[in-house]
Amino acid sequence: MRVGVVTFPGSLDDVDARRAVGLGGHEAVALWHGDADLRGVDAVVLPGGFSYGDYLRCGAISRFAPVMGEVLTAAEKGMPVLGICNGFQVLCESHLLPGALIRNDHQRFVCRDQRLRMERVDTPWTSAYDAGQEVTIVLKNGEGGYVADDATLDRIEGEGQVVARYLDLNPNGSLRDIAGVSNARGNVVGLMPHPEHAVEALTGSGTDGLGFFTSLAAAAFA
Amino acid sequence: MPKVVVDVMPKPEILDPQGKAVLGALPRLGFTGVSEVRQGKRFELEVEGEVTEEVRARIEHLAATLLSNPVIESYAVHVEGEPA
Repeated sequence: MRVGVVTFPGSLDDVDARRAVGLGGHEAVALWHGDADLRGVDAVVLPGGFSYGDYLRCGAISRFAPVMGEVLTAAEKGMPVLGICNGFQVLCESHLLPGALIRNDHQRFVCRDQRLRMERVDTPWTSAYDAGQEVTIVLKNGEGGYVADDATLDRIEGEGQVVARYLDLNPNGSLRDIAGVSNARGNVVGLMPHPEHAVEALTGSGTDGLGFFTSLAAAAFA
Repeated sequence: MPKVVVDVMPKPEILDPQGKAVLGALPRLGFTGVSEVRQGKRFELEVEGEVTEEVRARIEHLAATLLSNPVIESYAVHVEGEPA
């Protein structure tokens, strides 16, 4: 598959995301925030970083970038979209995903190898995992506290939209230990930890993140 | 030029870590008698021409879409000089 990775002003992890896409067996296509053009890709990754310096709210300004209009339209038609960290914030600001991300409850930036439990594994980004599988994927954020009102939290838990949950320790005050969520259909997934940094033994805590990028192949032939 | 003010606040049920940090600093400054601090944002928009109903409606839309996130924040719009 051809997988687009968007670069916003202030994106940090776009190059790592493109590399992870390649390791997952796909062709990475660089997309530019200012172009209302997806270049014919089959899926899109919104990478981590500090787009627009996190001004206003994380992801709030990126959400109105020309490329995002195309991403929104494609996502609504079912194109797989993965938002990592800042990309997750952009997807929440776009209201493609429920909830919002706020400053960590302890007020400090956190960077750690994070244990997670995979919960929703029928999405194009998570089908390589088993339900309940425990993985370690590095986490780094200052504003990663997942919040939503109780009715929304009950609904997404009831509908099985929680993709991953924090284990051992809640690193940022996320409600109900939620690390990642999907839309109802499952094609749009956002998560705070960084699977693109956990794809090679040489540079990471392991390769548990690779599944996010190999899952797409199964989606393509499903 | 008329100035339109948009005040944005975290919703009461949403944790406000910045407000909490400020509250925690108050006793260290010897400041007592404050039981809660909530931190929000204030936007001042200088508007060309009169603030008509149409201009106001557009600013309301801006406040609801870009300046605030309705999932976690509420907003209030007023024209400076007019009662809020």
